[in-house]
Amino acid sequence: MDIVVCIKQVPDTATVRFDKEKGTIIREGVQSIINPPDLHALEAGLSLRDQFGGKVTVLTMGPPQAESALRDALSLGADEAVLLSDRAFAAADTLATTYTLLKAIQKIGLPELILCGTHAIDGDTAQVGPGLAARLGWPSITQVAGIEAVEDGAKLLLKRLIDQGYEMVEAELPVLLTCHKTLNTPRVPSLKAKMRAKKAQIPVWSHEDIGAEPDKIGISGSPTWVDSTFVPAFEAKKEMLQGSPEEQVDALIKRLKESGLI
Amino acid sequence: MCGSCEDICLPGAIVKEFKEGPSSTDIEAYSDIWVICESPDGEIPTWAGELLSKARELANKAGEQLAAVVIGHSLGDKPKELMGFGADKVLVVDDPRLGKFCDDIYANVLAYMAKKELPSVILAASTARGRAYIPRVATMLETGLTADCMDLDIADDDTKTLLQTRPTFGGNLIATITCKKHRPQMATVRPHVFKATEPDMAKSGSVINYSVPDELLASRARVVESHIEPLEGPDITEADVVVTVGRGIGDEKTLEKAKELADLLGAAMGATRPITDEGWLPDRTQIGQTGVTIAPKLYIGLGVSGAVHHTVGIRGSEIIVAINKDPEAPIFEMATYGIVGDVHEILPLLIEKIRQEKG
Repeated sequence: MDIVVCIKQVPDTATVRFDKEKGTIIREGVQSIINPPDLHALEAGLSLRDQFGGKVTVLTMGPPQAESALRDALSLGADEAVLLSDRAFAAADTLATTYTLLKAIQKIGLPELILCGTHAIDGDTAQVGPGLAARLGWPSITQVAGIEAVEDGAKLLLKRLIDQGYEMVEAELPVLLTCHKTLNTPRVPSLKAKMRAKKAQIPVWSHEDIGAEPDKIGISGSPTWVDSTFVPAFEAKKEMLQGSPEEQVDALIKRLKESGLI
Repeated sequence: MCGSCEDICLPGAIVKEFKEGPSSTDIEAYSDIWVICESPDGEIPTWAGELLSKARELANKAGEQLAAVVIGHSLGDKPKELMGFGADKVLVVDDPRLGKFCDDIYANVLAYMAKKELPSVILAASTARGRAYIPRVATMLETGLTADCMDLDIADDDTKTLLQTRPTFGGNLIATITCKKHRPQMATVRPHVFKATEPDMAKSGSVINYSVPDELLASRARVVESHIEPLEGPDITEADVVVTVGRGIGDEKTLEKAKELADLLGAAMGATRPITDEGWLPDRTQIGQTGVTIAPKLYIGLGVSGAVHHTVGIRGSEIIVAINKDPEAPIFEMATYGIVGDVHEILPLLIEKIRQEKG
């Protein structure tokens, strides 16, 4: 079963700090990681490959340093990796991103299964997976929390989370799935794979390499624009309760009693 | 291309092209506002009224018609009720093949309708299902989509541009996003972000039954079983008091203490995303942009720092109590009552003293 896993390199939100004056992110010292939900997509891909053979190709679009996310994926056991990196890809919204991924996947060769994470923890639109499937004309099943291959891998039986519970969905390949964090526990890198990952040649493809039309990628291929940004304002009666912990708690209870809440 | 070989083409060498009719950049060809309601079980969700109420304001400002689009099965007379929230007309697709939710089928139906009718704005709910198929529709229509908006407006100029507001990455800023050169302008909104107006049962309009070509109603994926799980404890979106835990609680032992406080107050438990990502509380307790929006009488935040991603979901709270050891935490900017202190010290004291109060 040939599988493409789409991953994204994101800033580790645990290490992100903010510049309060400017209301922006302090980029120095922020570590980059594989978007955590994508690790579950990768694990799902690796275990299906282990079961049915074939290969797992990891694909990402990003700046040159996104290569390190691909090396991490190789050290977890992915067979091949492709980096889409080109200034022309910059500032892509989800429409331009799905087009770019489509062109790359066509160049790799269409697999039987494409796996993505449920969402990226930075942009958090959850749009790229379903959008990519629409471009391929494939079914997509989002928020997958269980995968069982049936009929020798020709079909998948999927547990798919909805707002109040779950549904079991049967899908014939090829399909695209977005993988939920409860799907599996990602493996740890093996020493052998780590060594191989270190030495691996990772191809870097530009928009010309994948035959992408310049007006459909990056900023020119993106219908959505950030028009303006502002700092949120809240009008609240603000009171900081002072004193020892005990006095603070007493003051709070007094006020909640006055409001009839206790 | 007749498309008949497409389903059996395993390598997927055939790729659908989405160009037909006016392109998404012929913006003059598009008018009217649509609110989408998917209803595989034949029920109309309460958020449909919320979205329509907001959309009515937008339609008035833009001088456009408002249509509700209901896609599902066994709908009966229910779509008609949506007129009460201000829809001028209701477009209904009712088919047994829509009786179970299927991402690509639902997307096919809506994309087909939108290509024929050319709405200028499409609003949908950011539920698990909305998030599954609306991005497909936006891609098929080659237009932009803004997820999880916290507010919507129409620009004051005569462009009828939809102003879509959502927090940006990092959460300390709010961005207004537009899709000026493409139509339809598409946005999703979480349930409970907007308030539904009182329905006007006297309002009339036309219900149009819409049929779509058979080939759009087939997929390689199908639902074989559904499991609806009942909620445990008070529903967070309805509760008068919500006790919310953030990363600052530090450990699961403190989580148990927080639950004790919630029980004492008859409160629902809420969480910030790091907590649900850790699996300490279920996803449905997550409050904020990508979680639920709440409007309780009392919100108590324990170790919640107050990133905008979270606080957009609590703005409707009457009283906000924040307990956090970091005096610089943004939550204090909006807290009615703030306590700078260690949750591990304050929380047991609070529980003890509330117990005393209650006798």
